[in-house]
Amino acid sequence: MRVGVVSYPGACDDRDAMHAVALMGAEPVRLWHADPDLGGVDAVIIPGGFSYGDYLRPGALAALSPVMQGVRAHAAAGRPVLGICNGFQVLTEAGLVPGVLRPNASLKFRCHDVALTIERESPWLPGCSEGDELTIPMKHHDGCWFADAAQVAELEARGQVLLRYRENPNGSVGSVACVTSAEGNVAALMPHPEHAVERLVGSTDGRVLLQGLLDLAGVAAPA
Amino acid sequence: MKVTVLVRPRDGILDPQGEAVRRSLAGLGYPAADVRAGKVFDLDVDADDAEGARRIADEIAGKVLSNPLIEQYQVEVAG
Repeated sequence: MRVGVVSYPGACDDRDAMHAVALMGAEPVRLWHADPDLGGVDAVIIPGGFSYGDYLRPGALAALSPVMQGVRAHAAAGRPVLGICNGFQVLTEAGLVPGVLRPNASLKFRCHDVALTIERESPWLPGCSEGDELTIPMKHHDGCWFADAAQVAELEARGQVLLRYRENPNGSVGSVACVTSAEGNVAALMPHPEHAVERLVGSTDGRVLLQGLLDLAGVAAPA
Repeated sequence: MKVTVLVRPRDGILDPQGEAVRRSLAGLGYPAADVRAGKVFDLDVDADDAEGARRIADEIAGKVLSNPLIEQYQVEVAG
């Protein structure tokens, strides 16, 4: 099982994502923003950071980078993609998940653990049931997810909302924390599952989403 | 051909940056009731005429410079 992690200029969580992938028993593969070839990886993580300095809009320039040609093809083939923080912003700007991320309503950078309520059972959340909670750290300035009322109603009806904030930290519409593509194989969230994988530094709830990524890629990682 | 693209928050979209500026202006005693913050892009577009420049700038503004979910844009071609 090989999991590609995209490195952009300005990405800062790519190494943590690769470390987390290795902890989960899979092989991390660094992918370079300027190379559209994903080298046949089974799954892709678009990690957090400030790609291209967050110029124009967060994620907007990264969404136009060559590697996204490969990511689009990978996603179109039904293979899984997980976007984390800046990765969520990149995937919205690329049109691979719905909505857009705007500055937090408070205009403050928020950095703390956040409780997420599981909206529905999903292959992305193995072993979890509706109403369960995960505690995962978040750290962002532009995490206010927005979509208009008609689009939100459509997403809710299709079951594309996987997680909600228990207490809304950034002004996201409907307290939405994690959405998927219509097909379900692309998921994205602002909190950082890759920072919540080792008991030494706090919660290990992030493992759930990483296991979901590996499960969706077709091979379960060793327990 | 010199082209200016103005990008603004769509009507009805909360603009926390504009709101923060409005509060500061109110603190200084200025009578500014509503503030919306946007962006300006000045481009030099290679085109044969103003119409061609506008067509290219329109495409750039819609596809790259603005996100239609939250922003609207206006293209001005220098005469």
